[in-house]
Amino acid sequence: MHVTIDQDRCCGAGQCVLTAPTVFDQGDDDGLVRLRTDRPEPAVQSDVRLAAALCPGGAITVHDSNT
Amino acid sequence: MTTVANGEADSALAVPADRGTCPFAPPPAYEQAHRAGPINRVSLWDGSPCWLLTGHRQARFVLGDRRFSADARVPGFPFLSPGRRELLDRTTPTFIRLDDPEHSRQRRLLTGDFIIKRVEAMRPQIQQIVDEALDRMVAHGGPADLVREYALPVPSLVICLLLGVPYADHGFFQAQSQTLLSLNSSLAEVDAAQHALNSYLVELAGRKQREPDESVLGRLVAKGEVTLEEAAAMGVLLLVAGHETTANMTALGTLALLQNPEQAERLRADPSLIKGAVEELLRYLTIVHLGIPRVALEDVDLDGTLIRAGDGVLCMASTANWDEEVFTGGDRLDVTRDARRHLAFGFGIHQCLGQPLARAELQIALQTLLERLPELRLAVPFEDLRYRSDMLVYGVHELPVTW
Ligand code: HEM
Ligand code: SF4
Repeated sequence: MHVTIDQDRCCGAGQCVLTAPTVFDQGDDDGLVRLRTDRPEPAVQSDVRLAAALCPGGAITVHDSNT
Repeated sequence: MTTVANGEADSALAVPADRGTCPFAPPPAYEQAHRAGPINRVSLWDGSPCWLLTGHRQARFVLGDRRFSADARVPGFPFLSPGRRELLDRTTPTFIRLDDPEHSRQRRLLTGDFIIKRVEAMRPQIQQIVDEALDRMVAHGGPADLVREYALPVPSLVICLLLGVPYADHGFFQAQSQTLLSLNSSLAEVDAAQHALNSYLVELAGRKQREPDESVLGRLVAKGEVTLEEAAAMGVLLLVAGHETTANMTALGTLALLQNPEQAERLRADPSLIKGAVEELLRYLTIVHLGIPRVALEDVDLDGTLIRAGDGVLCMASTANWDEEVFTGGDRLDVTRDARRHLAFGFGIHQCLGQPLARAELQIALQTLLERLPELRLAVPFEDLRYRSDMLVYGVHELPVTW
């Protein structure tokens, strides 16, 4: 799985950080999404999918691949 | 009345519809309409036509789509009532009623203050506010009105903390915000309170410009991108958006747990359930209950129905949150359910900015109440309670309890 983010679409309420804290973070000053990793471990991939679905701004995209 | 795109006559359904016998359930008329289909044509209190979206997928789609505007000045925007809160909305738009790019510019001045890390760091102080409010209520002795003595003061003091209002001014701040939100205040009193808070916050922001601190106001003026007046207006928005909502969720959430004692028992037995339980209460109760209003900026095809530019749309988070397609057995409160897909905080770019704070407050306030008052119960018959059915934020007017 490969994850990309689009900060322009982020509204910073942190649903992603609540849902998959090992993958998403927020900038201390702007509150916008940051990636801790763009290749999430298999164990958290379902959380990442949920985070993408919950993201109110549509800022998270999950690309499936065989890695 | 206008003819509608799908050729059907306007339905008889008038919005807002009355609640039924269960005070937690959405109006039965909406549930009934939803069974016929999630996209309904209805008429508002002033007779104007509007779309009512009762399904989770449809409400989420509209709230997440920038072709629908939250700007109340766009012709066709559906007003929910002739209420004074909306008059205020119309006269001084803050970002909750603006579209991007201006919405985003203003919101982003605050997003850094509501990140999960900062809110987590506030937990000990929120716990202290909760403990002290509960100490006072217990010291007065039961029966007590939980709304007045617990649900209202806690979020008011948390907002003082957030904005950096000094301790000595808490009394003034609480009294003014109480007047602002009370049903019993006249329009003149509301205006006066709004004015008093506004000038107070302008003054406070000025002080923080000279002596910077880490509060929301302090950080905002330090950025140098807003005037003191704009900073004060944002402070008032945070107060209006964050006080009444959290207060009503606390009281109505408590009532829902009292009426479902087996759910309360589960929570007492396993405190780790509290986070999920708060999501479930937000879903089950959906206190922003009159629908989240938007107006279409262009023609949009919604599942085969044409929504025309200028049409008003109400996204009913309450029925969406009971939508069987997403929440099986959604008419039951189940604190172990995964309720995270609820729309109680809205969806899209306007999704609640204060949600991390609201979650922390509710988790702490409800858990502390359950733990410290194991015998908590209603002091009046359930049937005697009165609800805020016609107000923007739903809840219970008074919640007399004893313990
Ligand atoms: C249980 C408590 C709360 C509920 C149910 C709630 C609900 C909502 C909803 C439904 C919206 C979206 C409105 C729309 O799309 O038109 C919203 C927006 C907002 N809320 Fe909350 N809220 C709560 C607590 C708070 C708190 C504690 C704060 C801040 C201290 C806050 C600040 C805001 C702000 C600033 C917005 C506007 C965001 C924007 O337009 O970008 N809310 N809230
Ligand atoms: S959930 Fe989406 S909008 Fe919210 S902080 Fe994460 S990326 Fe940004």
